[in-house]
Amino acid sequence: MSTATPTRRAEVKEKQASWLANPYARWGLLAFGGLVILSLLRVVTGANDLDSSGAIAAAFGLAVPIALAGLGGLWSERAGVVNIGLEGMMILGTWSSAFCAYHYGPWMGILGGAIGGLVGGLIHAIATVYFGVDHIVSGVALNIIGLGIAKYLASRFFTNLPGGGPTQSPPLPQPPSLSVPGIGDPLLSLERQHIFLISDFAGILRGLTTNVSVLTLITLALFVASWWALWKTAFGLRLRSVGESPAAAESLGVNVYKYKFIAVLASGALAGLGGAFLTLVASNLFRDGQTGGRGYIGLAAMIFGNWRPGGLLAGSALFGYTDAIRLRGGGGVHAILLLVAVILLLVGLWQLRKGRMLQGAGSLVVSALVAWWFFATDTVPGELAGTLPYVTTLLVLAFASQRLRMPAADGQIYRKGGH
Amino acid sequence: MTNANIRRALLSLAAPVLALLVAFLLTSLVLVALGDPVRDVWITMLSTPKPRQITNIVNGAIVLYLSAIAVAVGFKMNLFNIGVDGQYRVGSFAAALFAGQAWLPGYLNILVAIIISMVAGGLWASIAAYLKVHRGVSEVISTIMLNAIATGVVSWLLLKVAVRTPGSNAIGTKVLPESSQLEGWKLIPGASNRIYSLLILAVLVGFLYWFVLGKTRFGFDLRATGASETAAVASGVKVKRMVMTSMIASGALAGLVGMPLLFGQDFSYGTTFQSGLGFAGIGIALLGRNNPIGIAFAALLWSYLDTQANGLQIRAGVAPELVYIVQGIILFAVVIAYEGTRRLDIRLEQQRVARELAAQRAARTSEGVAA
Repeated sequence: MSTATPTRRAEVKEKQASWLANPYARWGLLAFGGLVILSLLRVVTGANDLDSSGAIAAAFGLAVPIALAGLGGLWSERAGVVNIGLEGMMILGTWSSAFCAYHYGPWMGILGGAIGGLVGGLIHAIATVYFGVDHIVSGVALNIIGLGIAKYLASRFFTNLPGGGPTQSPPLPQPPSLSVPGIGDPLLSLERQHIFLISDFAGILRGLTTNVSVLTLITLALFVASWWALWKTAFGLRLRSVGESPAAAESLGVNVYKYKFIAVLASGALAGLGGAFLTLVASNLFRDGQTGGRGYIGLAAMIFGNWRPGGLLAGSALFGYTDAIRLRGGGGVHAILLLVAVILLLVGLWQLRKGRMLQGAGSLVVSALVAWWFFATDTVPGELAGTLPYVTTLLVLAFASQRLRMPAADGQIYRKGGH
Repeated sequence: MTNANIRRALLSLAAPVLALLVAFLLTSLVLVALGDPVRDVWITMLSTPKPRQITNIVNGAIVLYLSAIAVAVGFKMNLFNIGVDGQYRVGSFAAALFAGQAWLPGYLNILVAIIISMVAGGLWASIAAYLKVHRGVSEVISTIMLNAIATGVVSWLLLKVAVRTPGSNAIGTKVLPESSQLEGWKLIPGASNRIYSLLILAVLVGFLYWFVLGKTRFGFDLRATGASETAAVASGVKVKRMVMTSMIASGALAGLVGMPLLFGQDFSYGTTFQSGLGFAGIGIALLGRNNPIGIAFAALLWSYLDTQANGLQIRAGVAPELVYIVQGIILFAVVIAYEGTRRLDIRLEQQRVARELAAQRAARTSEGVAA
């Protein structure tokens, strides 16, 4: 007993000293740091729309479908199946959710989206798991088929409906939205005063608590559930072991095919839900080409997030946010240029200190160019601003690929017995 | 030709035929399930094309062929160049911009523009190649990102240099001088429209692909690296350089994809320039098994389906996009069939060897008994 107490005390002390090692503390610090930077940027550039409740709500709405597609990618890649067919699964989800919502109401629309995506997942699973087709090939074929099926079915089932046509569905009933009662108006008045940090916080809080769709809440619940299922249960451990070393998993009695199959099906259903969000919440109808490559961005967000749910959520938020800022106009993207210039400046100085002259000089030059761009212009053209999520992903991959770690057997075709 | 070779040839022919049958059956099932007129659909799809349509099929196939060859160069190295879309977009824009200025006379203008397009496509692909070799970034992801970036950058640049087409909302680069517009050839009797002159380009590219990959040291190294990287390293191939070279070559070839369209049909690069040819190229390269002749047949088949599907809405009341379902099923069926026939081939070979060994052993035993 007497020896236990000092040890425990030492442990406590160690924990206090390295509280930064606690992931929750780190995330909290990161979020707070982000808020401070955002407020600073807003005050310096005067772009008040940077963190208005409207921008945050829009960012949220744009992030959810990306996050759902990314979560789908996470499930399948954790089991070792690369899924670039997410786009096709999402397209299937948009059609089936519109069909079900029109005929049976919004809740069935949500379910229908998941089922539509599930069908895509089934095709991908059969091809990659049982027939050993290359994952990329199957994904490409699935994207072609998904597009074809959705267009064919849309013209077959929506053409003769009132308000519908061969490329779009009639207006659909939307699932309900919720607000936290009683805090919307006070937060709005606080936000309007543009006080450093406080108004920013109020704006973000209001954006997150007002008119939140049920499907958004379902998405958040699915994130928690996925994290719990994949990292806290025996099922999840087996599923991930299949993605890391299928032969070892098989030798321990794990049915590799079964787990891969389940993972790809879940992946399809989640991507389909992302499609349902596009038809039922982001707009109120099915439209041709509605997904606009969001399946691919979801995949990028997942890689950005290092194949982990928390990181994926951060990546989706970033992409949704940049997209929202771009769509709302108002100089938001232009303001971000300043932030990029400052970050590159810091990176450059840090690299010079570390003795990496070439990289440091490169960063400084790019930083100067971006700064010049910021001061010489008033806006960033929409076409270029639209590439922001993709450029970000590419840069993250280029600079952080050594820190990223994908599942060891991701993309490999597994045959029982090694044939 | 040995027995094994004949068997292999038959098996590799059986796979596409099987795939076509499967696509036919599955699509029919879908149509029946939804109560659409199956008979009318297939009568439309399989009717003999008119001379005019034959020209369209060949023209479509020329473009698809170039795209598929670009993809196939990567495939031979185990590289997935999903970025053909972005590469030909960048290349076509650069070429159209240059050729529209009419700085050079007639054919010289065309030649230089084609080279510019190849260089631009190659440069765009070199970003993905660099990221792959030096930063370990998967080319699949980086080329998908680069496709989207190419779309944004090109449409922004287009706005800066565009001239408005009179009488429409479409914008485009300056129209080529007439001396650089290729009229095309009347190859199909009875057709009023013409085959792209740059058919020559496709033939040339197909020949070079066969020659360089099949008959040169470089091609051998490339195929060796694709087949087994460790073996290639052991025999002195510099893998990093091979990845760089083949990715850039793939991008340069992708730069050619838009050329027949630019010089034979559109005469400028604008908002209506055909997109999405890269993904079709992936399918066609797989269908043709990376073989220059096989790809030609696959491109013709793909283009045939595309062209025939145009009549579906009028003649059968079905959305022409049905053709995507057919093409997608063909793609799935053909890769599954290739995998199936590969395994069958291995099994037959094993059985043959086992049989021969057993025969030898039996012969030796009977000899021993006789002695």
